[in-house]
Amino acid sequence: MAEATIYEISSKDRKGFRFPACDVPETPLPAGLLRDDLPMPEVSELDVIRHFTNLSHLNYSIDSGYYPLGSCTMKYNPKINEEVARLPGFAFTHPLQPIETVQGNLAMMYELQLWLAEICGMAGVTLQPAAGAQGEYTGVLIIRAYHQSRGDLKRNKILIPDSAHGTNPATSAMSGFEVLGIATDSKGNVDLESLKASLDDTVAGLMLTNPNTLGLFDQNVEEVVRLVHEAGGLVYGDGANLNALLGIVRPGDLGFDIMHFNLHKTFSTPHGGGGPGSGPVGVAKHLVEFLPFPVVGIIEEGDEETPPLYGFVKPEKTIGRMKSFHGQFGMMVRAYNYISMHGPDGLRDIAENAVLNANYLLARLRSTFHVPYDRICMHEFVMEGHLDDAPDVHALDIAKRLMDYDFHPPTNYFPLIVHEALMIEPTETENKQTLDRFADVLIKIADEARKTPELLHSAPHKTPIGRLDEVRAAKELVLCCWLPEKI
Amino acid sequence: MFTPHTDAEREEMLRVIGVRKLDDLFADVPIAKRYPKLDLPPALTEIEARLQMEEFAFGNNTAQERACFLGAGAYYHYTPAAVDAIIRRGEFLTAYTPYQPEVSQGTLQAIFEYQSLIANLTGMDVSNASHYDGATATAEAAVMAYHHFRGKRTRIILSPSLNPQYREVVKTYMGGYEGIELAGENLDPLGNPDDLTALLNDNTALLIVQYPDFFGRIYDFTTVIEKAHQFGALVAVAVNPMAMGLLKTPGAMGADIAVGEGQSLGLPLSFGGPYLGIFATKKEYVRKIAGRLVGETADTEGRRGYVLTLTAREQHIRREKATSNICTNQGLMALAATVYMSLLGKNGLKEVATLCYQKAHYAADQISKLDGYEVLATAPFFHEFVVKCPQSVEETNMHLLANGFLGGYDLGNDYPALSGHMLIAVTEMVSKEDIDDLCEALKEVNNG
Repeated sequence: MAEATIYEISSKDRKGFRFPACDVPETPLPAGLLRDDLPMPEVSELDVIRHFTNLSHLNYSIDSGYYPLGSCTMKYNPKINEEVARLPGFAFTHPLQPIETVQGNLAMMYELQLWLAEICGMAGVTLQPAAGAQGEYTGVLIIRAYHQSRGDLKRNKILIPDSAHGTNPATSAMSGFEVLGIATDSKGNVDLESLKASLDDTVAGLMLTNPNTLGLFDQNVEEVVRLVHEAGGLVYGDGANLNALLGIVRPGDLGFDIMHFNLHKTFSTPHGGGGPGSGPVGVAKHLVEFLPFPVVGIIEEGDEETPPLYGFVKPEKTIGRMKSFHGQFGMMVRAYNYISMHGPDGLRDIAENAVLNANYLLARLRSTFHVPYDRICMHEFVMEGHLDDAPDVHALDIAKRLMDYDFHPPTNYFPLIVHEALMIEPTETENKQTLDRFADVLIKIADEARKTPELLHSAPHKTPIGRLDEVRAAKELVLCCWLPEKI
Repeated sequence: MFTPHTDAEREEMLRVIGVRKLDDLFADVPIAKRYPKLDLPPALTEIEARLQMEEFAFGNNTAQERACFLGAGAYYHYTPAAVDAIIRRGEFLTAYTPYQPEVSQGTLQAIFEYQSLIANLTGMDVSNASHYDGATATAEAAVMAYHHFRGKRTRIILSPSLNPQYREVVKTYMGGYEGIELAGENLDPLGNPDDLTALLNDNTALLIVQYPDFFGRIYDFTTVIEKAHQFGALVAVAVNPMAMGLLKTPGAMGADIAVGEGQSLGLPLSFGGPYLGIFATKKEYVRKIAGRLVGETADTEGRRGYVLTLTAREQHIRREKATSNICTNQGLMALAATVYMSLLGKNGLKEVATLCYQKAHYAADQISKLDGYEVLATAPFFHEFVVKCPQSVEETNMHLLANGFLGGYDLGNDYPALSGHMLIAVTEMVSKEDIDDLCEALKEVNNG
């Protein structure tokens, strides 16, 4: 049954929270500047708790089940991270406090900058970007500023492989660049001929996701980087798939100039139903002076007795500020704690198990589903959600049917270069029994697709609600449950 | 650390894959670069990690242990226990963006309610599912106005009393757009908002004002907005949603867009993030909003349900033709604000806003009586006001800190002409006693 909305359970004059009485002499309120009405709900605390608890039961989550969503890295989010982020010393610090009063925060941020730089082989890191997409934006603005600072004004193109995330082209366009697509070759690598044909002195850079969205490590990555550099361009690394590389290889060592991190994927900060993310950006030595401000630096060196004084610094040729204050600080606390609990060996263990799990699932599924770029994959792989002997069944049907077996569906219809794509990322935190159960169910669904396709077309059957009418939603555009004029 | 396989299971999995050892899975990685030695400290256990984090946390002073008079865009308010109890639920915390509506109705309905509450709080028709923070929401308003006029209008007027960080972010965001001219920076920051109307012309895409403004002052922008509309320009008002419990809304003033920092709606200070970017607008601009929108619809059996809607605008479909690259909202923070607004409700939101107003006015009144201090109160204000101090703000704040206060914001940081001026914020978290003690401490500063 559908849950009533918070306005529907409202009852006139009911109160949910009390404040202390006013303890100062009263000043008249500013006449003419007051609102007439405050159309907000009137509910009790129990009403609120029950309402949102009931809503939570309508959600699928990592804590409740397997979430093999490709390119999203839905790994376990350790509970200790939630505890430490809420320590009063972190939670109640104001972003504009004098730096002397927040040395704990700044020391932690400074070290996190160093750690992320070390993990990816970069020279400098900004923690400011709010999410992966904003990290990309930061990176592309740095590319732009770099060429402009050299007086190289004709570089107005960004090259983007056709397997890239949609954010890459959107970000480039926002930054004033023209976007040029690069083809993928038969093995799933960047097509070197297509790349060479596009490279000239108008190319500002290449945005490369490696491993790419097919889950494949580009076998020519060093050659790709060399070619772009030779043409005077910079190489941007999309860090969405970094989970596969921790302790395996550092993008900086492969020649990448810039990359972003998704703390909410690789470093286990919770996705929260769509944010907050956190998208720090790392850059090579020649780009450090372009980082957004502020970055955390050492203002006064320490010695044996006194620790250094940390503070904020403004890089010389900074591209500017990306958001208020210093970034999604609470996410940094979680990521710092997560890295602390892994160390160098633990990070490599993450990548190895993420890749092992993906290859294991791939091995179990490749005889049932068609895998267009079939070779050893990294942390994820893409197969076709379409079977030759069940022509009416689509990737979407398989995705929806999985819900009936208590699994979250994989990412579907992405990447665009695979027909009816199902993109599966198991992550390192799933055990073999879960992977086996998931593979068994997919094989069973393939069988259902042949024998009882209608079962898939009408799926899901066991979820709180069935397939929703998205056309109606876009047409009627009901975006609020209650506005005063409707009453 | 959180990887579950036993050695035996790993062997079995490698066998099924058809390779001998883990290393065989990384054959595509250039061998000379493979397995770098990372210079990181060795792994800690949970017990050790917690101690380490506690040590960092103890290295800070907090608004909780001192009376906090610092605001300037982030405010120390009380967060009711119910807020955290809800956002810590794994079902909300560990869910992804609700792309699969059948298994995400909890997140979707919560966002739908968030949109409703924000629309009602700001007096606008529609709200999106949120942006990163107040600054980026403001920048998205500029981007939206640019696209609304298809790049043909290139002037964006920023009130000089707009939060300086918001202005910086707008500048960064608009850097990629051809020929954009940002006006208004040279006006007197403490001047009258009517001054802004002199900058309006036929090339103006957007006027951005703040309410209460960066200095805490409140104005009725109705006539300013009317004038902007006469030039065909759009107007965005950056609001503090806390003030909306009491004050006339941007919607009632005729604003086209309301943006704002939602942190004051139950989110902890958390050293500046994660916060919540509010973005609401008129119905006619709904298709131009960047970011997520949730709409009501029905399933195949006619049951009410919610989905992400108007997704055709977004980057994963339109790629380089999208007007924004934004993928996420601040989902969990929007949920926290939804719980906060629901719990306080009609009565509580007004009550807390009134408490802030009353205490701030008492503080301003008391400080204005102190020798050497001057409260610049040229206009009505909400819960923040400017004080001219006899000593430098830095010195004043050092003394306050030593006496258990987090003093106000040093306006000289952003406005050289306002050095020696402090911006003081007062919320429901300070008592009359705190204010009286603050005055004593300020007196001591003046007396050396």
